[in-house]
Amino acid sequence: MVLLTRKIEFAASHLYNNPALSPEENRRVFGKCNNPHGHGHNYPLEVTVAGEPDPVTGMVLDLKDLKDILEREVMQRMDHRFLNYEVPELAGQIPTCENIARVIWQLLDPKIKQGKLHRVRLYETPDLFADCYRNGAEGTNA
Amino acid sequence: MAPASQNGAIKVELGRRYRFAASHRLHNSGLSEEENCRIYGKCNNPYGHGHNYVVEVIVSGQVDPATGMIANLAELDGFVEREVLEPFDHKSLNEDVAQFRELVPTTENLCIEIFRRLKTFSKAKLERVRIQETSNNSFEYAGDNAEGFER
Repeated sequence: MVLLTRKIEFAASHLYNNPALSPEENRRVFGKCNNPHGHGHNYPLEVTVAGEPDPVTGMVLDLKDLKDILEREVMQRMDHRFLNYEVPELAGQIPTCENIARVIWQLLDPKIKQGKLHRVRLYETPDLFADCYRNGAEGTNA
Repeated sequence: MAPASQNGAIKVELGRRYRFAASHRLHNSGLSEEENCRIYGKCNNPYGHGHNYVVEVIVSGQVDPATGMIANLAELDGFVEREVLEPFDHKSLNEDVAQFRELVPTTENLCIEIFRRLKTFSKAKLERVRIQETSNNSFEYAGDNAEGFER
């Protein structure tokens, strides 16, 4: 099996607020991420696909196809958007790195027909990232 | 808030990087001076030397629907600060950390020691610890989660 990783980066704004909590609780739990006007990040995204290289092309999947999928599913949806208000897949969820990474996994997984989605890694800052894997797949601890 | 459904099909992990600077000397008192010099080379310099260590801590768990988080970062940061950064930063690993009085403070052993210290974090499961000693050397330890290395 060979793992192939493509990296893209989008920029977006978000804020953390749970309407079920009081304003004081929101401030306590989410700190400065609770600023009502939001704030933003550059989100580098690494998408890893696992598979066997095709004997004819030598490719796990055509990078151009992966690039198009990432453009359509991630960039057009999330780049230069306010994640809380403009991304329906995140409606009702706090747009943390964990939740955004999971939504990206759910968007990409059905679209990747050659090879299999192996990992989605989303960086919110250089020191903070979330990884998604298929639960129970080889190489996971679950 | 909407429940964080589909949690079962996808495993989510959270990674956080921390930094500390420390000195060490690779020396095994059970070996002769010549053997130490041969095995550890310039790392055996009697006065020691230092590195800027980058520690990557990876935890897993359920994403809490109320917060969207596996673990509250402030709690994880506080725990790592107390257990690792405070005792290790700007210290001599050989002299200032009891575990390395006898054990050679290679970054392999450092990974195991930091994993041992962080394993007690109660809010999420520690998956693995990865340490960059320099931009060219990195080491990982996953304890009993060794199959996690497939990633």
